[in-house]
Order: sequence, then C-alpha cells, then structure tokens
Amino acid sequence: MPTVRLQISATPAHVRTARLVATAVARRSGVADSALDEIRLAVGEACSRAVSLHEEFAPHEMITVLLEDEGKFVVTVRDLGPVGTESRHTDPLEGFADLPGPDQFLATYSDRMPTGFGLAVIGSLVDDVEIRAAGDGPGTLVRMTWPIGTALT
Amino acid sequence: MDLSLSTRTEGDRTIVAVGGEIDVYTAPKLREQLIDLVSNGSYHIVVDLEGVEFLDSTGLGVLVGGLKRVRAHDGSLRLVCTQERILKIFRITGLTKVFPIHASVDEAVAASD
Repeated sequence: MPTVRLQISATPAHVRTARLVATAVARRSGVADSALDEIRLAVGEACSRAVSLHEEFAPHEMITVLLEDEGKFVVTVRDLGPVGTESRHTDPLEGFADLPGPDQFLATYSDRMPTGFGLAVIGSLVDDVEIRAAGDGPGTLVRMTWPIGTALT
Repeated sequence: MDLSLSTRTEGDRTIVAVGGEIDVYTAPKLREQLIDLVSNGSYHIVVDLEGVEFLDSTGLGVLVGGLKRVRAHDGSLRLVCTQERILKIFRITGLTKVFPIHASVDEAVAASD
C-alpha cells in the first residue's frame, strides 16, 4: 500500500510541494542521504512534466504522486494527459546519447527545453525507472525506485 | 525558498547572483531578468549559481535562452558553480559543453571571450 498519496493541481508552485514531500518521506524511509538530491531532482522533473502536460491538456485535473516505502522507496507520478507527446529527440531511457552538439543545440532550442528533456534527465539520473501508459485511462506513469538503506536494487 | 536575484557590474561584465531554487515556478523570474539585461545592452553576463540550492531542466532552458540572446549580440554567458549537486544536471545533459563553467566570479570575469 502506498505510504503517502499526494495530489496537486497543474500549478508550477506545487511542483516544489511535491519535491519537499517526496524528499521528506524518502529521508524518513531510510534512503541513503546521497540519494536525496537525486530524488528531489527526479521528482521535480516528473512533476514539472506532468504540470506542463496538464496546463495544456487537462488543466482542471489533478496530478497524483504516490510514495511507497516498503522495502524500496518508490515514487510514481501519474498525469492525465495524452500519452506519447514526448518528442523522439530523446529516448527517456537512453538519456542524452543523441543530444546534438552545442551549436546545433543552441540553434534548435531556446527558453524551454524540448518535450521529453525532463524524462531524459530522469532516465540518466535514476537507475530503476519505468515510463509507460497508465492503461486504466488516460495518462502516463513515471515510476522511479530507489533502494532503502544499503540494499541493492 | 523562492528565487533571489541581485545584479552588479564589473567593467563590461554583468554579474547576476542567483539564490534559492530555480524550477518551473521561479524560472520565469530569471528569464525576465536575463531578457531585461540584454534589452538594456548587457551582452557579457556571468550567472553566479553558488547560492542556488536546486536547479532543474526548466532552469537549464532559461540559461540556454539567455546564452542564445547574448550570442545574438556576440556576447557571452558564463556560469559560476562549484556545487556538485548543481553541476550534475549540466554533466548528465551534456550542457557542460555548451556553457563555460567557472569556479569563481573573479575567474569568470577575467575569462576572455
């Protein structure tokens, strides 16, 4: 059973709320201190992505963040936006292998990173991550797992 | 914590010291600051990230946007950062190749373009 279930509206300010809650629960669950910055960033990226999607496609729906800490620390971020909107520029699980060089990068992007960039950050950062269509309705699940204590994943 | 910004000049360099968290909520404030500076003719900008506690890809986007704007005027945008937790996102995204990153403001100001 999830330990903590948090719902946020598509509000940029509440991405920070989600980061704070996730980090607090992670710390309490016994995740290594060295993983806390990674959790903060990964949860922030997952929630930023969900907020952006909701702002465009589902502004009145809530984003769900599930935090579980039985054996492992698991964060699942569920949006209700359409599935498959990420650009193919970056494969989330491949990270940044295909990122273009600096000049090309600057020629292509400005101010907002391409859709999919946040997922690619998560893919590069987190060893154990699953990104898939929710299946039981609209939306995508971003599920990230960290070991608790010194346990191996 | 919200975002704090303070700006000063040294010669033709403009130093923007950023504190707090740069994320999807606060990044627009930094974007506006960088746009204002470039609009007012500051094309050599040093962004001091030493007081930053959190930086995500939204913040990276704003820095990339700033770099593009100064480059359009043959300018420069240099970063100051020694914090590993902030440097990590530049490293994993490959943006260490896009931004010159310095260990101190003095070093960034002294760097030639």
